[in-house]
Amino acid sequence: MELLYILEINGKQEYLNMNSIIKTEDLSVFYGKKRALNNVSMEILPNQITALIGPSGCGKSTFLRVFNRMNDFIEICSVEGNVYLNNENIYNKKVEVEELRKKVGMVFQKPNPFPKSIFNNVAYGLEIQGINDKEFIKNRVIESLKQSYLWDEVKNDLLESALSLSGGQQQRLCIARAIAVQPSIILMDEPTSALDPISTAKIEELIISLKKNYTIIIVTHNMQQASRISDKTAYFYMGDLIEYNSTEKIFRNPEKESTENYITGRFG
Amino acid sequence: MRIKEIIIETILKVSSYLTVLVTIGIIYVLLSQSLSFFKEVSIVEFLTGKQWTPLFANKHFGILPLISGTMLTTFIALSVSVPIGLTIAIYLSEYSSKKFKKIVKPLLEVLAAVPTVVYGFFALMVVTPFLQQFIPSLAGFNSLSAGLVMGIMIIPFVSSLSEDALTAVPNSLREASYGLGSNKFQTAFKVVLPAAASGVIISIILAFSRAVGETMIVSIAAGQQPRLTANPLVPIETITGYVVQVCLGDVPHGSLEYKTIFAAGLTLFVITYLLNNLSFWLKKRYQEVYE
Amino acid sequence: MNKLKKILQDNLFEYFALICTFIGLVLLAIFIGKIFVDGISRIDTDFLTNLPSRKAEKAGILTSWTGTIWIMVMTSLFVVPLGIAAGIYMQEYSKKNTINTFLEINISNLAGVPSIIYGLLGLEIFVRMLSLGNSVLAGSLTLTLLILPIIIVATREAIKAVPQSIRNASYALGATKWQTISNHVLPSAIGGILTGVILAISRAIGETAPLIAIGALAYVPFIAKSPMDEFTVLPIQIFNWTTRPQHEFLINAAAAILILLAITFFLNGIAVYFRNKWQTRIS
Repeated sequence: MELLYILEINGKQEYLNMNSIIKTEDLSVFYGKKRALNNVSMEILPNQITALIGPSGCGKSTFLRVFNRMNDFIEICSVEGNVYLNNENIYNKKVEVEELRKKVGMVFQKPNPFPKSIFNNVAYGLEIQGINDKEFIKNRVIESLKQSYLWDEVKNDLLESALSLSGGQQQRLCIARAIAVQPSIILMDEPTSALDPISTAKIEELIISLKKNYTIIIVTHNMQQASRISDKTAYFYMGDLIEYNSTEKIFRNPEKESTENYITGRFG
Repeated sequence: MRIKEIIIETILKVSSYLTVLVTIGIIYVLLSQSLSFFKEVSIVEFLTGKQWTPLFANKHFGILPLISGTMLTTFIALSVSVPIGLTIAIYLSEYSSKKFKKIVKPLLEVLAAVPTVVYGFFALMVVTPFLQQFIPSLAGFNSLSAGLVMGIMIIPFVSSLSEDALTAVPNSLREASYGLGSNKFQTAFKVVLPAAASGVIISIILAFSRAVGETMIVSIAAGQQPRLTANPLVPIETITGYVVQVCLGDVPHGSLEYKTIFAAGLTLFVITYLLNNLSFWLKKRYQEVYE
Repeated sequence: MNKLKKILQDNLFEYFALICTFIGLVLLAIFIGKIFVDGISRIDTDFLTNLPSRKAEKAGILTSWTGTIWIMVMTSLFVVPLGIAAGIYMQEYSKKNTINTFLEINISNLAGVPSIIYGLLGLEIFVRMLSLGNSVLAGSLTLTLLILPIIIVATREAIKAVPQSIRNASYALGATKWQTISNHVLPSAIGGILTGVILAISRAIGETAPLIAIGALAYVPFIAKSPMDEFTVLPIQIFNWTTRPQHEFLINAAAAILILLAITFFLNGIAVYFRNKWQTRIS
């Protein structure tokens, strides 16, 4: 049975299929002969925060990069199985990967603003789509900066270089830049691991607020972070998806022993 | 959008493939003219004859005098640039402050930036007369002045690349040496230099290749008398000097004399090509990668 | 070896090394000084605006420096787009396969080929086969091939220095490869590329051998007005005057050398300025 909800998102009415927005079927990823992900099948629900956790090298970052095909840049990387975004296979030969990346945004571990002004950083994603309407761009930039909790701090300095911002501000700028193109999904690869605790807290608050408009998948090393902000958590180990459940279940009452060992810090 | 990307990539690709065309062009030009040359002149005479007189009535086509002239000037140049260049390299990497190195290294590049025709002028008008005061038998054109000036020009080739190789040697080796009570000199010569040996040798080979291919200094100051000799005080002619001499003259296209410059050019190309690829091979095989 | 000897050894080496370091530059300064003394008085408006002549006092470098400018401009027109395009392809597009490794080795080889060989190449292909004669066009095409590897290497190094994180950010927003290169990589790399271009052009201006090979003469009694005209350049004029026995011609050569050195050092100075400016920007 399909559940249909009519919601207002960004002023537009959207029909939301409460079935999954992203689905993987027997997904395996190889680097040359080495298998990094092993037959992973899972579904990610919309407007939720899904955390990917696991020890170093377990494949969680590889898994994340499957969704916006950033793995394509690694020559020896090959993918088997199926990945569906809104029921379309994203590895289909007809798919234009640039279009995919406009729907699936990414925030990286180390903030990487362009050496341009704050305004131009956020506007860049719109410009490469050929949007010329200066009013439209300006409004979208302001909106994105507001949604990223950065507007108040930079509203008088939009033409300053983005590199003059602090680390935490730069990361919020990168988030603003990502949401300016209005993706439906935002991938976050350890977005706070390079930041201090106060910036981390601000960004966690920001991520939670973004949930109502976006679907967020976040890779994190920080289990407290995962339990604080995510709705569902997936635990990976050595390329396998060991357990995937609501965050509360994973952290209070995990089913698998491996999960429990990781959560309680016995390894990794 | 796709099409635009493909067009751009193709244009860029073609640009880089043109470089292959250049190599093909060089080989084609040198080989075709040389093959035509060797139809009339035996290759044995070319490689073993001791006289080079293609422009005289009594023609001989032995390239050895030109090769000897080239090697003589090159040897003199290297005997200046290698000791000086290496000493500078060792000083910059083992003794001097970072600030000193930062200023001096680019400063030395000035030596390589001066046009070679200017160095030729120096060799002929300044160095030769100066040396003649001490060596009265020094001819007006000789390989000594040309070689010495060429050596000065080549110093940065040796010093820069050797310094890179020396600096790449990890500090842990130096610390081990100092910890045993060595001074800088011993550490530099007994530990660091041997560890950087392949890089230093590569820099010398590249300097050698540069010297062999040098044209203007020898054209101006070394003379136009092909001669099989080791005497640095007399006029000689190098391969490159000969090519210039012919190009300045009125040699008809297609004549045997015209083709000699390509045979000489081919010889030069083979020598430098072998030297350069030797250095690449050495780099690949032996360069200690300390990362 | 006792402690005193060790210190002495280090000190002696330091003195020797300092002499070595500066001897080249000192000698160069002496050379240039002597040329300056000989030639500076010869430089006047007549010298700069006269045509070459059989009489040394009447001879000037008009055709030479105009020829040098012709060569400089035309060579840049060919080599800059070609070299940068090839550099971009090799650094951003080409994958690690045998063809591209071969391409790299080939360019390294071309960089080591003596300049006179490029002259022979130009002589056969541009002057003869393409019937361009000993024209400005033939000369600049020849020099283009000569300095092409330098520009390619400089472009590659400059592009390599742009951090990968910038590219990642651009691709993650859905930018295409060319959008990423034109919007981010090239603007960041432009300083290094420019430095390489200026240094390469500076080298081309000082080249004599390849232009002699393609037939650029010293006695050209007119200014080149089109790319197909015959021409001469400063280094060739210098070479020609140096080989004359009369003392007055040697004064002329010294004066022309001063002009050529001024141009060369000026260009190198600009390049170093750009390099420093660019390097501080990156850090």
